[in-house]
Amino acid sequence: MTDTTETARATVFLERQTYRRRRLVDAARLVPILGLLLWLVPLLWPTEGDSRTSMSTAIIYLFGVWIALVILKFFIALPLRNASSEARDGQE
Amino acid sequence: MIALNALVAICLCYVTFLFAVAFVAERAARRGQVGWLRSPLVYTLSLSIYCTGWTFYGAVGYAARSGLEYITIYLGPSLVMLGWWWVVRKMVRIGRTQRLTSIADLISSRFGKSNLLAIGVTILAVIGTTPYIALQLQSVTLSFDVFARASGEAEQLPSAIWVAIGLALFTVIFGTRNLDVNERHHGVVMAIAVEAVVKLFALVAVGLFVVWGIGGGLGATLDKIDQSEIGAWQVEGGRWAGLMLLSAAAFLCLPRMFQVMVVENDDESHLRTASWAFPTYLICMSLFVVPIAVVGLDLMPAGSNPDLFVLTVPLSQGREGLAILSFLGGFSSATSMVIVAAIALSTMVSNHIVMPIWLRFTNDGATVSGDVRNVVLLARRLSIVGVVMLGYLYYRLSGGGNALAAIGLVSFTGVAQVLPVVLGGLFWRGATRVGAFAGLTIGFCIWLFTLFLPSVGPGVLISTTVMDQGFFGLSWLRPQALFGIEGLDPLMHTLLWSLSLNTVAFFAFSLISFPTPLERLQGAQFVNIFQHSSGVRSWSAGVAQSEDLMIMAQRILGAREAQALFSRAAQKQGVSGNLPEPTPGFLELLERELSGSVGAATAHAMIGQIVGGMSVSVQDLMAVADESAQLMEYSARLKEQSDELSRAARQLREANQKLTRISVQKDAFLSQISHELRTPMTSIRAFSEILRDGGQLTEAEQTKYASIIHDEAIRLTRLLDDLLDLSVLENGQVSLNLRHDSLRDLLDRAVSSALADEEGAGLRIRRDAGHEDVPIYTDPDRLTQVFINLIANAKKYCEAAHPELEIRVGRRGDWVFVDFVDNGLGISPEAQDVIFEKFARVSDQKAGGAGLGLAICRQIMTRLGGGITYLKGERGAAFRIELPTHLSMAAQ
Repeated sequence: MTDTTETARATVFLERQTYRRRRLVDAARLVPILGLLLWLVPLLWPTEGDSRTSMSTAIIYLFGVWIALVILKFFIALPLRNASSEARDGQE
Repeated sequence: MIALNALVAICLCYVTFLFAVAFVAERAARRGQVGWLRSPLVYTLSLSIYCTGWTFYGAVGYAARSGLEYITIYLGPSLVMLGWWWVVRKMVRIGRTQRLTSIADLISSRFGKSNLLAIGVTILAVIGTTPYIALQLQSVTLSFDVFARASGEAEQLPSAIWVAIGLALFTVIFGTRNLDVNERHHGVVMAIAVEAVVKLFALVAVGLFVVWGIGGGLGATLDKIDQSEIGAWQVEGGRWAGLMLLSAAAFLCLPRMFQVMVVENDDESHLRTASWAFPTYLICMSLFVVPIAVVGLDLMPAGSNPDLFVLTVPLSQGREGLAILSFLGGFSSATSMVIVAAIALSTMVSNHIVMPIWLRFTNDGATVSGDVRNVVLLARRLSIVGVVMLGYLYYRLSGGGNALAAIGLVSFTGVAQVLPVVLGGLFWRGATRVGAFAGLTIGFCIWLFTLFLPSVGPGVLISTTVMDQGFFGLSWLRPQALFGIEGLDPLMHTLLWSLSLNTVAFFAFSLISFPTPLERLQGAQFVNIFQHSSGVRSWSAGVAQSEDLMIMAQRILGAREAQALFSRAAQKQGVSGNLPEPTPGFLELLERELSGSVGAATAHAMIGQIVGGMSVSVQDLMAVADESAQLMEYSARLKEQSDELSRAARQLREANQKLTRISVQKDAFLSQISHELRTPMTSIRAFSEILRDGGQLTEAEQTKYASIIHDEAIRLTRLLDDLLDLSVLENGQVSLNLRHDSLRDLLDRAVSSALADEEGAGLRIRRDAGHEDVPIYTDPDRLTQVFINLIANAKKYCEAAHPELEIRVGRRGDWVFVDFVDNGLGISPEAQDVIFEKFARVSDQKAGGAGLGLAICRQIMTRLGGGITYLKGERGAAFRIELPTHLSMAAQ
């Protein structure tokens, strides 16, 4: 309703900072999808015969992905923290 | 070996410590020192009530039985928290904006504050959570059992009942301290955070001991794992994906998770920290599960319960301290889950079941006297005790056997039935109450029939015949092979059918049903929460009584809080005193405040009882619609303003025109007066000059001129009298001399007086003696004056050769009509409009008066409560006088 909203919506090019922030949000959204894909990889592993994946490999893979995701998330969340008070937090 | 009594003593010390922590936190919060209570770390740790006693002990057993499958229980929630931007963030924002108190409140609030839905979800949650509480009680009892056996005191087992009573007591003390759920249970949250640290520390300590103390280092332990019976990847694909989905769903839908994640959330930004910190916590919790399981399988005798490896492995190595630490970890997991679950469920039960029933059975509903707060608190306390005892009862009835171990996932599946409705409600505006109800009902029934009832054991709640041959002997209705599809894992079978049919029903019924305005409003608000974080107005407060609202609010919020709230609102509105106007905005605020205490549906119902009805106006809907609607609203408001301006301008123009007309009238009046005064004055001056100057006038001439002067003077006097009379009448200063009289007498007097002079003989009067006998109560002199005037007019202006005047009298109820009709030519239509105006004369040829007669008549009749009109369509000039037979005093 206010003028600022209207102009902000009309703008095609955003400030560099706002642009960065939006891409960070995109990244934050993609992390769980990446995680899901990586964690579904074990479904492809053979469960019969000699080529079965050993337990230790499975543990290292699953926890490795897990830790990597957490670290990734940590580095995404860190800059988001500073910009959190922005009024247009919810806009896509 | 440690004595059982010593263990009980340690346990009691630990519980006392928790009490102290909760107490200190409560006190700090009351003093306003909430900085450290509201840190993101505490929030993250409080989320860890996801890890219950079942996960603490059971994960190891799970790993020992089925390898890495246990990890899915942690992967699902990790994905949810890693993807907090998708769902959790929205849920928390809605929860804070709408002041939601539970998951049932979320659903009820989203679908038009429907209490039926809230009751349904509450029942589902109670049924889903009770076995889980039983499981916690079992885990505590079993862990006591381990120590008891080790020290050979098996007979002195502390009963699960004491654990249940202790937990209920703790929850009642710290969980129902304040009524407003949104004020948060700082004490409880802090205690849970401490317990979270204890259980993590315990599990990690056991894990480190197992890997480096027994296993001989990381590499050696990994080798050992590969050589053990669970040494290879053996997870079934369907279960792997299904369990991940299930645990993610449960994480979002479990009542206790909603309680800590949304209700107890202080600051949305905590989510950002929790998004990586909580998965880290889960990593630590699950990292050592497989090593402990493998070492346990290796060390412990065959047939020992793998669920208790966390305890038995350290004990078998003589590490009593570690075992006690591990025991405390398990104890913490179990107690924190029971406490939060009891709080969450009691909120739901008291808000959605007890309060509506109580409101219905107290006749005058929300306006009954007494403090509702006590009722709500009592309901909540009783619900807490009830929920915990229900768990205990389930534990006793099920015998505490292995059947319980599987109930965790059964419970998850039941609670997950809420997921489609929650997600649909958050992201799809088309979701309706009917759809939600249909989806939940179908999901719940399938879950009950295919998983919950069979889970208790074959032949207990559901007969083996039904299990083998299907419901009513229909083979496609077999509980574990619906639609004839066999060979699925029972859990996956239920998950597949219940969630898919639930979702299909939810969508289908949403599509074919039509939501109520309130549903649409709430739907728009929920789905577009980030665009419209502020509330919308929905109450139409025409008949709301601020005082009633105040009384009700005092009983729920407490006198001081309610008064503060009301006077704040009054101040904001600029109203003096403590009672604000019941504007929609204020009612909205009040409802939200109340819903923090008693839930959205109940608060809505209570305000509804006082305010009467609610309306969702077009403006309300626009307020939450998208941007184009906002623009439309803006332009509508502009249009409204411009309409108002043009209305004001039109009024000004009209006032101006009236003023101009009056001014013209005044000018005309003045010129008429001066003209009327001037004519007799001129002739008086002329004839008096002749009399003064002319000496040779004869006697007769002198007399003639003097009598002209006399006549003109009389005419002048009469004019001035009339004017005076008229102005007195117009100003309403005349005092009426009311008497009882007969209409016939008045007419007699008027006729004789009007026809007294010689001209009068020319006019014949026809009267209607039969009807004239009407008693009237009026001012006879004034009325006679009107009659005389009308008769004199007929005498003066009737052009007929044999002038005749007919006087007719008629009655209609309390009204009497007197018509004066002559046989002349009448008055021309264009003159008819003006004859009652001042100085209006029909013709100049017989100018006898000043033209004030009829104007005076009209004024008199108005004063007498009647009127005078010109009758059209008669032979000649006709006037009708109407007046009430009895002039009431009010008419004066």
